[in-house]
Amino acid sequence: MLYDDLQAAVTEALSATHYSIEAAGLNKWFGRTRALCDVSLQVPSGCVVALFGPNGAGKSTLLRVLAALASADSGSARLAGCDLRREAMDVRRAVGYAGHANYLYADLTARENLRFHARLHRLPDPAERVSALLDGVGLAKRADARVRTLSNGMQKRLAIARAILHRPRILLLDEPETGLDEQGLELLNHIVLGLAKAGGTVVLSTHAVERGLQLAERVAVLNDGALVMDADASGLSATAIHAVLVQGERTA
Amino acid sequence: MSAYLHTAWTVFLKDVRIEARTRESLASILVFSMLVAFIFNFAFDPHPRVLATVGPGIVWVAFVFTGVIGLNRNFVLEQEQGTLDALLLAPVAREALYAGKLVGVFALMTAVEALMLPVFVVLYDLPVLNGPFVGVTLAATLGFAAVGTLFSAIAVRTRAREVLLPLLFLPAALPVLIGAVASSSDIFAGQGWSEYGRWLQLILVFDVVFIVVTSVAFEAVIEE
Repeated sequence: MLYDDLQAAVTEALSATHYSIEAAGLNKWFGRTRALCDVSLQVPSGCVVALFGPNGAGKSTLLRVLAALASADSGSARLAGCDLRREAMDVRRAVGYAGHANYLYADLTARENLRFHARLHRLPDPAERVSALLDGVGLAKRADARVRTLSNGMQKRLAIARAILHRPRILLLDEPETGLDEQGLELLNHIVLGLAKAGGTVVLSTHAVERGLQLAERVAVLNDGALVMDADASGLSATAIHAVLVQGERTA
Repeated sequence: MSAYLHTAWTVFLKDVRIEARTRESLASILVFSMLVAFIFNFAFDPHPRVLATVGPGIVWVAFVFTGVIGLNRNFVLEQEQGTLDALLLAPVAREALYAGKLVGVFALMTAVEALMLPVFVVLYDLPVLNGPFVGVTLAATLGFAAVGTLFSAIAVRTRAREVLLPLLFLPAALPVLIGAVASSSDIFAGQGWSEYGRWLQLILVFDVVFIVVTSVAFEAVIEE
């Protein structure tokens, strides 16, 4: 239900490029702090990448740069075949992003929040899409309740619904499991794996190593802004990832 | 409807819906505006000769100060709820987002001014309920809203936004403020178009300049 119309869009995108995400030499500074240090990453279509790293490693900055929310000081990136700088509008059409904040208006209802973003994205079927999503994330009964009256977990589900509202080909999730209960986590798994199955690409930053390994085909580890590991997830154990993270924290 | 107008209208309607539901901005601005009007009523001798001199100043001090409060709220809500990023994630022209915000500020300030005009009539017997003064008020408010929307977007990313906004906004809006006070003075003195018209034309020129410049500058200001 959540991916009904995604397959055609993804197939079209796949014909244009093998890689959904191609980042080369990304650097980002905040004052004198280097948040990203020459990060290069290539993610094929249909792949789920788990992005690990200690606090302050640059995970959120990398996802914000890829979502065209922040600009890199140097380096380049292409998402869904579109240049991040010159074709930012096309990148925004192709990318869904859920960050730490829920990005929801507390005094609008769940339905009004999604309809507002559906109108901004000029979806052809806003009412149907919003209703289907609210149903899909288990909020149909609270659709007309103001967001401020929803629990944290419900708000998180709604935030995820907002991120996939426009049927993105690439989904960037920054610690999306925060605040979600077991049902919410199952829903998140369903969305991530469903999108990947439909040919979409997901980059998921998380501190939950075991969960990340369950979902991902690839693992990337950031430390101090630099990509210190980029490997196939098969054969990697949680212990090995923890060892890389601990090693990174020591050297940071 | 063009994509630009569609986006601006969508953002404007969202802001109106939230304000209609909470009435946070309207209530606080109106109370402040009333207080300013009442305090000046005790500070000045309500003699017509005195009011002819200080009347325009009273009106525009009330309008500008209350406008600053409204402008402060403009992007604060978006920043506090993280929704500014959600707006920026949308594949829409930044100028259209700016236009939506500008129209929202303009509508809010105009609503407060409309409610305040009868107060100025009752307290000061000022001739504010007439076409020329309403025209000057609308033109000046548009200029304030244009400059203020841009500077509120700049100030919202700083820690001292409540202080920074008036420091940035008032000097930039000074040409419009001077034009508004001078043309109001002419209107209150019973002068015709030949007198207040040149000030109104000045305000309109600055409106156009402000809207063009701030629309272009908005993208650079709002993006990280």
